[in-house]
Amino acid sequence: MADIVLDKVSKSFPDGTVAVRDVDLEIADGEFVILVGPSGCGKSTTLNMIAGLEDISSGELRIAGERVNDKAPRDRDIAMVFQSYALYPNMTVRENMAFPLRLAKLDKATIEQKVTEAAKVLELTALLDRKPANLSGGQRQRVAMGRAIVRSPKAFLMDEPLSNLDAKLRVQMRTVVSRLQKQLGTTTVYVTHDQTEAMTLGDRVVIMRGGAVQQVGPPQELYDHPANLFVAGFIGSPSMNFLHAAVEEETLRTAIGDVPLGDRIRRELAAEDAPRELILGIRPEHFEDAGLVDEQTRGRGMEFEAPVEIVESMGSDKYVYLTVEGERASAAELEELAADVGTDDLGGAGANLVTRLSAESTVTEGENRRIWFNLEKIHLFDPANGRNLTLHEGRAAGALAS
Amino acid sequence: MAAADTTAAAKWRWGLLDVVVVVFALVPVLWIASLSFKTTATLTDGNFIPREWTLENYRTIFSTSQFVRALGNSIGIALIATVVAVVLGTMAAYAVARLDFPGKKALVGVSLLIAMFPQVSLVSPLFEIERSLGLFDTWPGLILPYITFALPLAIYTLSAFFKQIPWDLEKAAKMDGATSGQAFRRVIAPLAAPGVFTTAILVFIFCWNDFLFAISLTSTERSRTVPVALSFFTGESQFEDPTGAICAAAVVITIPIILFVLFFQRRIVSGLTSGAVKG
Repeated sequence: MADIVLDKVSKSFPDGTVAVRDVDLEIADGEFVILVGPSGCGKSTTLNMIAGLEDISSGELRIAGERVNDKAPRDRDIAMVFQSYALYPNMTVRENMAFPLRLAKLDKATIEQKVTEAAKVLELTALLDRKPANLSGGQRQRVAMGRAIVRSPKAFLMDEPLSNLDAKLRVQMRTVVSRLQKQLGTTTVYVTHDQTEAMTLGDRVVIMRGGAVQQVGPPQELYDHPANLFVAGFIGSPSMNFLHAAVEEETLRTAIGDVPLGDRIRRELAAEDAPRELILGIRPEHFEDAGLVDEQTRGRGMEFEAPVEIVESMGSDKYVYLTVEGERASAAELEELAADVGTDDLGGAGANLVTRLSAESTVTEGENRRIWFNLEKIHLFDPANGRNLTLHEGRAAGALAS
Repeated sequence: MAAADTTAAAKWRWGLLDVVVVVFALVPVLWIASLSFKTTATLTDGNFIPREWTLENYRTIFSTSQFVRALGNSIGIALIATVVAVVLGTMAAYAVARLDFPGKKALVGVSLLIAMFPQVSLVSPLFEIERSLGLFDTWPGLILPYITFALPLAIYTLSAFFKQIPWDLEKAAKMDGATSGQAFRRVIAPLAAPGVFTTAILVFIFCWNDFLFAISLTSTERSRTVPVALSFFTGESQFEDPTGAICAAAVVITIPIILFVLFFQRRIVSGLTSGAVKG
């Protein structure tokens, strides 16, 4: 058990590319921290640097207060679970799990006892004498975890441990990982590109982009108060809607009507170098069928009318896709996010809005529907640098904040 | 129906083709074996199956020091050359497969060059070099050129095997507390074993069968190998026909190769790495 501190840790390669840039991160003892981001954001490199599998170009890495930059992986006393599981195919499950203990030169009885214990925790007892080739994906994954927990290391590092499993098993294993981590109370750094895993597993989430940390915080805080456009677009599924917004005197002109602005935002936009164009962000659940909004709530938002393209009924909610005229929001961050999901080449005129309405809504495809949205929950971003303008002392306050 | 017919017909065609190939390859071997069991009198009677069986030919070759010494030389030289070439090749191939070091391309290129170089053009210079170094007609005199020509082969085959082994395994071993050496010995080497054995067989056969170097770089029984000794077989007198003895010797020197292949074949189990990683 130990805390892990990254102090301005950077990684650059001989050809000049910088994979990780000045990452500052303090991971408390027993904490479960998730590194998340699109592919190539430097999250795996960061993990490998903590593991010692990659050299640190500059900065300092401390585990339990001790500088470990120049220590070999074996001297850092941390265990790692790989995306590919990396089980030794020539050894049985028992031998796989005993391998780190044998290297540590423990006596046979202790090894046997520890392996049995770990196998029991992961329900692998019946499989101990099998070879990895004869195991299913989920079983292999558990063996990989078993090999990590068996020697009670100072910390666990997990590199996308669930991404090779099918969807159903992944959800199940997610709870296994979560329970195991709570049970053992071992500091854990977990890398994933899946924002759902990040939201559900971690005590804190670190969002990375292009080798730099974008925001660090508990999942809910990242969701409610994203520091920038990238974080806002990355966290949440379906993701936040982004609309182009032109700054007028006291309002914002957008495809879904003129959005009034509160004093604080207006003050900020009055500055000389303030952007004349913004990106408006609204999460799907902050829309509602106008007919279902009570009078009291109605005042906190505004309404617009738009043609309904598709209705997906989920039982508990309805996902309604609306088409709105006007320019699409464009920013480097948004293009990057689209490229990561693979929708960067899906063009089309106008913008699409994804809304999540109550199941009671009678909305049907093809009609024009009046939709209400909550002004207190919208975010405004500067397209030039992606900064969230509605954020005040770390809290997002919507467009009307005064 | 039509499809089933074609597959049945295709099976027959392929089966027939296989039989032809096997017969073509094995008849000369069987003929040699048959000749080795014939008596001198019936040697030329043209029968495939000997009318009179005899072990006289085998007795003859094993009673001459010429053959026995040569057999010892062959086994010793081929084994030593194989072991050295495989050990060096394993290390070199591991580096080639895993590391990006300056001059890697040059190394691979040069080793390919050596493998393709016509050996016959090197015989005269080697002869001169070995004579002035005192290596001529010694075991090392043959072992060294064998290693030289077997190494490129070993490096090529082995690096292909190493490339198949997921690098994650090595990282995992390091995380589990292994030194680089331990990771190689306990994780990578056992997985590369099929490749090592395949390479060992190829190298051994190369050394065992070599005639060119063996005849040019030896002059006495001290280091003469079997293929060369065979060519020096004459009878007790010049009127004696050594054909039977040559055939017996040919059969004898085929046996180690067969044993070698059979013994290691069991270890060349493909798919040994399956289960290491997904997929």
